[in-house]
Amino acid sequence: MKPRLVVIGNGMAPGRALETLFEAAPDAYEVIIFNAEPRVNYNRIMLSPVLSGEQSFDDIIIHGDGWYEEHNITLHRGARVTQIDREAKTVTSAAGITESYDKLIIATGSNPFIIPCPGHKLHGVLAYRDLDDVEKMIEFSNKENSSAVVIGGGLLGLEAAAGLKMQGMDVTVLHLMPTLMERQLDPSAGYLLEKELSSRGIKIMTKANTKEIVGTDCVEAVLLEDGTRLKADMVVMAVGIRPSVELAKEAGLDTGRGIQVSSNMQTSDPDIYSVGECVEFEGNVYGLVAPLYEQARVLGMHLAGEADHAFAHSETSTKLKVTGVDLFSAGDFAEGENREEIVFRDAARGIYKRLVLEEDRLIGAVLYGETADGAWFFQKIKEGAPIASEDRENLIFGQSFSGAAPLDPTAAVAALPDDAEICGCNGVSKGKIVSAIEKEGLKDLAGVRSCTKASASCGTCTGLVESLLAYTLGDEFGGTKVTVCGCTDLGPGDVRRLIVAKELKSIPAIMQELGWKTSGGCAKCRPALNYYLIATWPGEYVDDQQSRFINERVHANIQKDGTYSVVPRAWGGLTTSKELRAIADVVDKFEIPTVKYTGGQRIDLLGVKKDDLPAVWKDLNNAGMVSGHAYAKGLRTVKTCVGTDWCRFGTQDSTGLGVKLEKLMWGSWSPAKVKLAVSGCPRNCAESTCKDIGVVCVDSGYELHFGGAAGMHIQGTQILCKVETEEEAIEYCAALLQAYREQGWYLERIYKWADRVGYDTIRSMIADDEEGRKAFYQRFLHSQQFAQDDPWAQRASQGVDAHEFAPLTLEPAE
Amino acid sequence: MPHDTAVIDWIDLCAIEDIPLQGSRRAIIRGREIGLFRTMASEVYAIDNACPHKKGPLTEGIVHDCSVTCPLHNWVFDLKSGEATGPDEGRVQTHAVEIRDGRVFIQIEG
Ligand SMILES: Cc1cc2nc3c(=O)[nH]c(=O)nc-3n(C[C@H](O)[C@H](O)[C@H](O)COP(=O)(O)OP(=O)(O)OC[C@H]3O[C@@H](n4cnc5c(N)ncnc54)[C@H](O)[C@@H]3O)c2cc1C
Ligand code: SF4
Ligand code: FES
Repeated sequence: MKPRLVVIGNGMAPGRALETLFEAAPDAYEVIIFNAEPRVNYNRIMLSPVLSGEQSFDDIIIHGDGWYEEHNITLHRGARVTQIDREAKTVTSAAGITESYDKLIIATGSNPFIIPCPGHKLHGVLAYRDLDDVEKMIEFSNKENSSAVVIGGGLLGLEAAAGLKMQGMDVTVLHLMPTLMERQLDPSAGYLLEKELSSRGIKIMTKANTKEIVGTDCVEAVLLEDGTRLKADMVVMAVGIRPSVELAKEAGLDTGRGIQVSSNMQTSDPDIYSVGECVEFEGNVYGLVAPLYEQARVLGMHLAGEADHAFAHSETSTKLKVTGVDLFSAGDFAEGENREEIVFRDAARGIYKRLVLEEDRLIGAVLYGETADGAWFFQKIKEGAPIASEDRENLIFGQSFSGAAPLDPTAAVAALPDDAEICGCNGVSKGKIVSAIEKEGLKDLAGVRSCTKASASCGTCTGLVESLLAYTLGDEFGGTKVTVCGCTDLGPGDVRRLIVAKELKSIPAIMQELGWKTSGGCAKCRPALNYYLIATWPGEYVDDQQSRFINERVHANIQKDGTYSVVPRAWGGLTTSKELRAIADVVDKFEIPTVKYTGGQRIDLLGVKKDDLPAVWKDLNNAGMVSGHAYAKGLRTVKTCVGTDWCRFGTQDSTGLGVKLEKLMWGSWSPAKVKLAVSGCPRNCAESTCKDIGVVCVDSGYELHFGGAAGMHIQGTQILCKVETEEEAIEYCAALLQAYREQGWYLERIYKWADRVGYDTIRSMIADDEEGRKAFYQRFLHSQQFAQDDPWAQRASQGVDAHEFAPLTLEPAE
Repeated sequence: MPHDTAVIDWIDLCAIEDIPLQGSRRAIIRGREIGLFRTMASEVYAIDNACPHKKGPLTEGIVHDCSVTCPLHNWVFDLKSGEATGPDEGRVQTHAVEIRDGRVFIQIEG
């Protein structure tokens, strides 16, 4: 019989401990887990994206049902352990399940602290700890015009506030201290954070002392010491956590603030271990996963019989996971004697960095607005190595300027086991990547991509792959310069600039003049160059069909079975009975299997045979419809709501404006797809705030937005500016689109372009510089003269590219 | 001939201009779908028009050098040998092609 290992709690720490154990000694124990939550192990850290709607619960599961099966683990779900009997070596749950153990792990995590002010038991007062809390919050946010008060302006409180705001609630954060996150941030960074969150519509009240939560059964309002009364349907308390020690204490184990453990995670009873937030080690308790994972590793190895691992206290670092806010802090940054600081501010770009040194050692860092060097500074803090005086000058500019070898990310990937999955899309492991780098002599990201496919799909693992390159190649790894593709060492910015400067007007000319390494380019650079030429020389450059991806070549979307889908344009989402009838006829005539509405208010006809495309287009053209460019790296749709025509809230003619914008912009090619939306009022039914360009009509005019995304990456727009008239709205939007067309890199969406050149730069280019804006607008109009030909008509009636559609057919002559 | 079957005839298919430079053309020859590809250097190659990965129609891909990139998931095939290049493993059947007086002749095997 195998020894029985019982675990109380199914959180992140024991999950990791078991992983380590199974790897080192797969069959050593029979494992039984009790979990008060009725679910499998999930990534608690990612609750905030679930709350904001950016991810789903399924996305954050760490161990799915299969994992428990594979390792023969008994998981008692929804079973809270209420008693440990150390004599009998058993544990018992509230519902009476008893299991005996040889070894026991207590991993009960911590309990959120609830301020015992009057009203704290009312319905609607929530903690922020687990999925149940998140689900309750989402339920409240679904009510019309609901408002929330978040008590606590720390990490959790702010993540909750940002999430609730994204769910459309009216949110106020109450914070007792004068600045936010005062334990992690200094006042300057706290101020920038407050400014950023306020600009997103989250009300922040500092030095706010809660007196009472008011209500009969449900929360109605929050009353502050100073008499302020805030309406609220829900109150989230995020004021701190306490290690959950009651169970251990009742069992007679040594506890202080947490359950006391030795460096191999044993409690005062050698058969009982503890890991996670419930633990106290040398007087420290922990609330972030990094040190807990280290505890877990030590425990897993210890249980596997490898005793020479010991847990040691180390520094932790903090990041706020609010989309679009970059913030990092680590170590100690209080002022003090013998301490010196280095500060860097760039007000225009909202960047603030502060490093604290004590006797030539880095002991603390706060970064706001630009955090890429966080891990590097953190490593320096942990190492505690002296900083040479000649390096000090450039220290604040981070790793790239200090010329040091990249330390932390490399160390992190070095620690991963060989079978760690690096690329989820393609299931490529670390071992596979490293051996490919070694065996194939790969030198860069492109090499790894083409040889193993790692990072070639959704790209979120690119950073890890680069770290692996750095780790495997050491100094040989030249870092990553973005190049157009493997055919050139030039980046897209260089290429765009040189096309203008050297007046290059064809793909072969570019390849010749700029020293392309291949004779005819590849499937990556040719479409990019073709776009750059179209955008740079409108009316002059002749489009190269063979350098276009199939969708654009045949003006329809290729589907997985080789058939196509066809989307006729519906201006501003409008259609007519005549158009609908024509669409219905086409569907019948060509036996089109599926008809579907797209997210952009258009009708999609799916499953059209390639040979039928010209005939389908002809029929649609005859009814007055043109290509919806649903396949294009170009303007796709302008989504609208009904506006003043029908809606009782509409402030302007949003449908009309949408139609005007679409009629102005259709046919224009751009670096990546472009979608617009116009909403008639801030209720925003057309979802303008997640589009590339969005317009929100308000009583006094038009609020212009840009830089939203709702694909693989989700983010809300930022405001460009407000204008008064429809003419201005149109001019500004077109000028913005033109700026993007001229500056964007191929496949770079507007938000990525804005991230690269800076949102403020774009604002000053379009909103502040009237002359510049008008010039962009004129160039757009000029270019559109050559762009607005319906590609369907050209192919259906004028025989353009007929060879594409009709196959050569030879039948046997029998 | 490598086979002991009857000698297979050359079929006169089309003029070379019928295939765009750096482009392709689908041909249905006795019920079989073949892709014809014309490179920058005006060489013509013929391979079966189905990617061994998930049957992607290779004629819809972008032609570059002497290869084509499948439009569905970007596998790259060498037009001469029909072999997948890079990380992927797979092969498409190739067919012999000759250009005589500006016309494309093809010999279908297998
Ligand atoms: C919203 C949120 C965001 C966070 N963001 C970050 C972050 O960005 N970075 C970071 O490092 N950390 C973050 N944390 C903290 C991190 O999640 C915790 O440090 C970590 O999850 C603790 O792991 P654990 O295993 O000790 O406890 P937990 O993961 O909390 O698991 C404890 C489990 O034990 C169960 N349990 C408790 N008592 C019993 C009992 N008697 N019987 C049975 N089961 C019991 C609980 O139901 C729970 O499932 C965040 C936490 C939250 C809540
Ligand atoms: S859609 Fe993106 S994330 Fe999903 S499998 Fe394909 S590449 Fe990966
Ligand atoms: S079908 Fe060709 S790459 Fe997938």
